[in-house]
Amino acid sequence: MLTKRIIACLDVDAGRVVKGVQFVDLIDAGDPAEVAARHAAAGADEIVFLDISATHEARATLLETVRRAAQQLFVPFTVGGGIRTADDAAAVFDAGADKVSINSAALARPGLIGEIGAKFGAQAVIVAIDARRSRPDALGRNAAVFVNGGRKPTGRHAVEWAREAEARGAGEILLTSMDADGTRAGFDCELTAAVSEAVRIPVIASGGAGTAQHFTRVFREGKADAALAASIFHFGIADVRTLKEELRREGIPVRLPC
Amino acid sequence: MIALVDYKAGNLTSVMKALHAVGANPQLTDDPAAVLRADKIILPGVGHFAATQFLETSGLKAAIQKRIAAGVPFLGICVGLQWLFAGSTEAPSFSGVAAFPETCDRFSPGRKIPHVGWNSLAIRPESRLFAGISNNSYVYFTHSYRAPVTNATVAVTVYGEHFSAALERDNVMGVQFHPEKSGEVGLRILRNFLEWKPC
Repeated sequence: MLTKRIIACLDVDAGRVVKGVQFVDLIDAGDPAEVAARHAAAGADEIVFLDISATHEARATLLETVRRAAQQLFVPFTVGGGIRTADDAAAVFDAGADKVSINSAALARPGLIGEIGAKFGAQAVIVAIDARRSRPDALGRNAAVFVNGGRKPTGRHAVEWAREAEARGAGEILLTSMDADGTRAGFDCELTAAVSEAVRIPVIASGGAGTAQHFTRVFREGKADAALAASIFHFGIADVRTLKEELRREGIPVRLPC
Repeated sequence: MIALVDYKAGNLTSVMKALHAVGANPQLTDDPAAVLRADKIILPGVGHFAATQFLETSGLKAAIQKRIAAGVPFLGICVGLQWLFAGSTEAPSFSGVAAFPETCDRFSPGRKIPHVGWNSLAIRPESRLFAGISNNSYVYFTHSYRAPVTNATVAVTVYGEHFSAALERDNVMGVQFHPEKSGEVGLRILRNFLEWKPC
């Protein structure tokens, strides 16, 4: 039976894993290669590095970090953040990534999705969508898409942009609810379901994870194929294994590490 | 020499890395002459069945067929497995090597396509690729077309329908999933292939 995937996401800056405290101060949380290997050993189904470096020098460091992490990582490995061209993607693949996640660059130039897909296959292209509802009672399907780390509105809606991304050859959608992100109060299940039901490709839910029950809900009600877990392992649930054991008890099909 | 065949379809870094991790030192090659010298051949592959056209035009297909006929162990991964069949409805004008006479086809509608993620294997106990691997182990898939279950099937996976996750016949083997991305289970499968000796 196809299992629901738990994807561990690490924010990487200048060769280190960082985590935000109160969304402002970044503190050092370790070596990305070591942290990624630890998550994989605990049963993470995939690893995502999100490059949050602002400078050019830090980006060069990223490729070296990806290369080092990929050496000992034998689960799917995605890199996102700052990928603007097919050449940027090629450099990340060459360093050992299996997929890239693109966001602002795909909205600025949707043809990029197909360009990367033509060379590396659709399975290697994840389109990341950051969406926010205009009001809490607004329909999830009408959530607005933002770029530049959520600062800039695009005039697009989550569902129609996800459909276009699919039509242009995206392999998966990584959907982040900006309303839920950082709250640890649960995923936006309605938004996730609206997008997941609108496309044929897998949808990865992100934003709001706090407890195992939140994952159960986003898989059942949100129709998510996978869910991203980031700060949850710093703040609440001990590790991926503990999370998956709880999910299995709740009847969610998951792969437990041997 | 282990030949890892490069037919210009996607990224071979991960397969190379996994083979290094199990102690092999494959030669990445698009040269038929190198394939003719190989004593093990691995054909990876992601992407479209039409990409296998390069194998035809480059002379790699003829070289691979010659080595397969000579009993050299061959492993096809993903599209590499589908190429072992007569063909695929993904690209009906191209043909595979027909080591298995059936045809690959798209998953029937009714669920998400591609089939992406970790799914379980129902393993035939006599399989060589899965020696030492427990039944119902999970491996990582990403594909929209699938191979039918045949008398050469050694592992079956279910995604709406039953399909071949792995096949073996004599020296010819194929896996639909990505052993290079399937954790310890995947590495063990690669090791089993590399250690298998034709008698």
